[in-house]
Amino acid sequence: MSRIQQLFARKPKGVLNVYCTAGYPTLESTVPVMQALQQHGADLIELGIPYSDPLADGPVIQASGSKAIANGMTVARLFEQLKDFRQTINVPVVLMGYFNQVLQYGFERFCADAAAVGVDGLILPDLPMFEFEHMYGATIKKHGLDFIFLVTPETSEERIKKLDGMSTGFLYAVSSSSTTGSDKKLEDSNAYFQKLQSMGLQNPVLIGFGIKDKQSFDAACAFANGAIIGSAYIKALDGKSDVASATKEFLSGVLQ
Amino acid sequence: MPTTTSYKQPTEQGYYGKFGGAYIPEMLHRNVEELQARYLEIMQDAQFRKEYAALLRDYVGRPTPLYLASRLSAHFGTNIYLKREDLCHTGAHKVNNTVGQILLAERLGKKRIIAETGAGQHGVATATVCALKGVECVVYMGEKDIERQAPNVARMKMLGATVVPATSGSKTLKDATNEAIRAWINNPHDTHYIIGSVVGPHPYPDMVARFQSIISEEMRWQLNEKTGSELPTAVVACVGGGSNAAGAFYHFLDELTVRIVAVEAAGHGVTSGLSAATTALGKDGVLHGSRSLVMQTDDGQVVEPHSISAGLDYPGIGPMHAHLFDSGRGEFLSATDDDALKAAFQLAKLEGIIPALESSHALAALNDLKFGASDNVIICLSGRGDKDLATYMKAMGVEGSEVSG
Repeated sequence: MSRIQQLFARKPKGVLNVYCTAGYPTLESTVPVMQALQQHGADLIELGIPYSDPLADGPVIQASGSKAIANGMTVARLFEQLKDFRQTINVPVVLMGYFNQVLQYGFERFCADAAAVGVDGLILPDLPMFEFEHMYGATIKKHGLDFIFLVTPETSEERIKKLDGMSTGFLYAVSSSSTTGSDKKLEDSNAYFQKLQSMGLQNPVLIGFGIKDKQSFDAACAFANGAIIGSAYIKALDGKSDVASATKEFLSGVLQ
Repeated sequence: MPTTTSYKQPTEQGYYGKFGGAYIPEMLHRNVEELQARYLEIMQDAQFRKEYAALLRDYVGRPTPLYLASRLSAHFGTNIYLKREDLCHTGAHKVNNTVGQILLAERLGKKRIIAETGAGQHGVATATVCALKGVECVVYMGEKDIERQAPNVARMKMLGATVVPATSGSKTLKDATNEAIRAWINNPHDTHYIIGSVVGPHPYPDMVARFQSIISEEMRWQLNEKTGSELPTAVVACVGGGSNAAGAFYHFLDELTVRIVAVEAAGHGVTSGLSAATTALGKDGVLHGSRSLVMQTDDGQVVEPHSISAGLDYPGIGPMHAHLFDSGRGEFLSATDDDALKAAFQLAKLEGIIPALESSHALAALNDLKFGASDNVIICLSGRGDKDLATYMKAMGVEGSEVSG
């Protein structure tokens, strides 16, 4: 059983996944931020690799990525920083990035290095199903990594089933048709969430995009195995030198 | 994976060789899939073709002339024909595509148009057809480009479009395209995205190439009228993303006797660090939803290119062109900022035509190509130089005596 599967076996409801950007707010804050997230209640960490052209992200995560790149963050440096992270962090960690960066690093090398440091899975939102099936999925599996696909309110039922069938770990349910950090109303998507619940999917489902506080986290958890917070946490770290106390303050608000 | 059998026709998944595809987040899937499923059927519909042809004739002003540039020919000792896309309504070939896509958007039931623009030529061409059809138009443009291209911003506004500044990243065309794609993600039902070049996820590169292919369709019969043969020795066009080149090459790509010459912008020089010569500097990557050659750092961060011509200032290249380069079917040259300026002044003096800076890169390549007295060379004069007057004035100020002498 993978670390992610173990998590959902132990905790099938109310799983909190928090997104953070590697190298943000400071170059060396990557692991301290993850430690703080684990200590203050995150069940799973989605670690974003900063990218110059993040198509699926809204302004807050874009800005954190630009800051991280300016701080000197690179894929190679990230794996260096993560070399010993499993000595202090035992929650599952998935890397989120864009396909171009992975391709440039070398797809197989990226998977091998991720697995070697103890990363559990990948989210590459612009790696499509066709290329996954025909070119890259086997490499990801070979290195024992989970791969998480996204579904949206616009995704057909047939396609949701297919994406669920190809995902391992969990399925990422984007709450509305938007980029990250949107202020679209979560309750407008209730019918879609109910549809996902009734489909008998093989993977646990985490709802993300627009989850920002206790109220929206609880609302999302009512329809899924848990939820993902990204932009709101990145905002909470903005300008904070003490990432541990900023993280504690933010997560205690969500989990109170 | 299935491979292409024709240089102009991608596979069902949108691949030209190893380039192309649709590397998009799931949030764009439904819209892109709808286009993939319907673009060919719509474009081949008899009524659509009739409307498109009528607008190209009566509104755009097609066919554009194929002009034998006698004095330029004499200078280079060969026969040079200029395909006069600069005479199109709005001043460049861009409108061939926007006319087609607005008709397509109508048939898809879309009520709202978004577009990206760099120098503003595609933005103006999009705002123009939206005014023609009375459709809401939002154009994303880098904050830096808005400052640099004030007359085109004014044109778009006069045509009723809303111009939204892209403030992310480098604040230029690349980022304007990102913002347009994000806007499409956020408006998945009523909005069509009119991409201005042969870039983006499948089917855009093929769709835009097909709309621009009217350029080479006309070249063939026009050259036949003038010379008795439809096939020239070579076709030369500038390439940024590559839409005028795709249109100029299209009906010659599978005619292997015709030389296909693409000219990229070398900026201050290919190795100067200030260049937009993507085939020389780019690596296999993904930009704006398609796999192609992309200028990027070793870490995979897309870099900001440089060219004196805003229309060539793009860190990628359409996947069809990447395949022409990779397969060797196309010859890829580059021209520096200075080469392009010299070529622009040369054409102005020899032929009385002031070309756009983009097209001047194609003209500049004549210095590097060897043709004989019986060869017929077609150069795609993709746009006119009105928009570049400030740059030309600066050049005349700097080298005043030389230019006037």
